Amino acid sequence: MKTRSGKSAARREFLLAAGGVVAGMALEPATAAAPASGAKATVAATLESIRRVAGSATINPGRVKLDLPELVDNGNAVPLSVKVDSPMTPSDHVRAIHIFTQKNPLPDVATFRLGPRAGRAVVSTRVRLADTQTVIAIAEMSDGSFWSGTADTVVTLASCLEEL
Amino acid sequence: MAGALINVPANARRGEIIEIKAMAAHEMETGFRRTQYGQVIPRNIITTFVCTYNGAEIFSADFHPAISANPYVAFSTIATESGTIACKWSGDNGYSLSQSVPIKVD
Repeated sequence: MKTRSGKSAARREFLLAAGGVVAGMALEPATAAAPASGAKATVAATLESIRRVAGSATINPGRVKLDLPELVDNGNAVPLSVKVDSPMTPSDHVRAIHIFTQKNPLPDVATFRLGPRAGRAVVSTRVRLADTQTVIAIAEMSDGSFWSGTADTVVTLASCLEEL
Repeated sequence: MAGALINVPANARRGEIIEIKAMAAHEMETGFRRTQYGQVIPRNIITTFVCTYNGAEIFSADFHPAISANPYVAFSTIATESGTIACKWSGDNGYSLSQSVPIKVD
């Protein structure tokens, strides 16, 4: 039993190392294409994108519920649904919903613009996710306030990096 | 080729909130993929989606490369009157596609 587990540990290490090299090679073009390299820079890019949308307004946590599967088999088509707590009346409604990622090559995913005629503030779509990460939804209200919600998801097969 | 699908209930009561589901057939090439020879495949995506109800805009969206192939979007609207729900997708390389469905409200 012991030798078996030792063997499998060694095998695991090897696979990790081999995987690292392959992943490194696969990642190179992506990092060359995107100005940011590494997760941190991309988080900065995400914040920059969020600021471009929200300006200097305060973004309050809450009122936005972002639904994503906890575990994603295929990052190429991940069902995403966002629901904002709003009465959707002409005087108090959601003006727009913005979706951002932290580890995709580009932080922006989509912007949805809706109004009081929507009746309820619920929008669904399908997105690509390049890595296990936190996805952020920001709702822009008719009174000019911003609210945010996040969802964490684990991605096993990443989008964006495959070759043809 | 159909190109696009719009799913709207054929009949609705006035004031009812109905769900509109719209999908266009499009590869949504991200611009981040490469061929086996290392050449970048140029970006080719749908960038905007607009939905109108009897000519008045009720919903629009901006898409980025992170939207999946065959972009699907579902949203809602209040059924106000009988008429037409029209969707228009436009994007890179002059891509443009319009489709509409009738709705009967009583």
